Amino acid sequence: MLTLKFSRVAKRRLAGKHATAIIGVVASGNLEVLLERVLPGADCQIEIATPITGYDETWKAVIDEFVERFSPGGLRISINDGGARPDTVFLRLMQGCALMEKV
Amino acid sequence: MEEAAIYARAGWFQATARQRIAGLLDPDSFTEFLGPSERIQSPHLHLFDLPSAFDDGVIIGRGKLNGKDVLVAAQEGQFMGGTFAEVSGAKMVGLVRAARDHKNLPQTILLLLDSGGVRLQEANAGELVVAELMRAIVQARSAGVAVIALIGGKAGAFGGAGLTAATCSRVAVSEQGRIAVTGPEVIETNKGVEEFDSKNKALVWSTDGGKNRRLIGGADAFAEDSMEGFRAVAIALIAKVPAFDLKTMLAEQERLAARQEKLGACDDAVSMWRVLGIKDPEAIRDMDSKDFAALAKSIKEANHDAR
Repeated sequence: MLTLKFSRVAKRRLAGKHATAIIGVVASGNLEVLLERVLPGADCQIEIATPITGYDETWKAVIDEFVERFSPGGLRISINDGGARPDTVFLRLMQGCALMEKV
Repeated sequence: MEEAAIYARAGWFQATARQRIAGLLDPDSFTEFLGPSERIQSPHLHLFDLPSAFDDGVIIGRGKLNGKDVLVAAQEGQFMGGTFAEVSGAKMVGLVRAARDHKNLPQTILLLLDSGGVRLQEANAGELVVAELMRAIVQARSAGVAVIALIGGKAGAFGGAGLTAATCSRVAVSEQGRIAVTGPEVIETNKGVEEFDSKNKALVWSTDGGKNRRLIGGADAFAEDSMEGFRAVAIALIAKVPAFDLKTMLAEQERLAARQEKLGACDDAVSMWRVLGIKDPEAIRDMDSKDFAALAKSIKEANHDAR
């Protein structure tokens, strides 16, 4: 099992009041994303557990793009991956942010 | 509310366990126990280089169904086939035992089963937990708790889930739901393709599928494959749950013996349906949910107070 950790400082804190959200399922080609609003300021940490090795640069590219576009400040994001493609990863991260921002 | 109306029509079969809970219960009434943030995960899967899930594929908690307090456990069939394992199983057993021992908790439990059986990577723990769950359900029912199984997920209810369903007060199933102990592939592997062809989907569904289970009395209600379909049958079932005592047990033994005698010689589902007095058994497969539910209510063997 490979563990990847990313620490980023986003442009701003993510809007909304939800403390946690979970989206997706650990299944083939899918993943689950757990979002927790536990970090100070605009800090963002993302930790990924995946059985698939050799895609570190792809994960980094998806995370950088996600942080740039959605500014998930204050979130600790934990991912259990079942071998999802980058577009699925991005979709789940977007869905997770939408749940956290929901009124 | 607009959102709730859209999801009410959503299919149960394709949904995740969390979507099913949201669609089944009254809006925003669910409180999860041991939620994903607590990370109560499998201690074994990483040894096999397999990914874990934050809830180990079982979601437990309490909520309201049509205003009535209920406890809920839902298996996520997409994660490791919804399998019974050390953590996933313990969450279900703990919930049932809590209802058994604490009268201040809701005395109705909804089990959203979606499972291929025991998780092979944690087989010893899984087998044990199935036995513990069946025992806990029987004890809870003896203490007056109603335990209702809702079955309509992709993994069906096989192995330990099939056994668990058989211990419940009431069982609801959809057309897509399957209930059995030994799965089609396992029968084929052990007994040969002549015994059971697991690739023949029509055969598999006519034997293990919801329509057959309903007609031969293995399920007490037939749900349309939607959130509101399962919600409607769950509301109807919890309103009238049979007591669990020696009389119920004897009635169940009698029912099963009579069924064996009546249907034991049949070699497929259609011939059983004919023996049950259905005039056009071939038409059952294409019958829509509403017509089928009405037909099932008219079959004597499908309606009983045993269990």
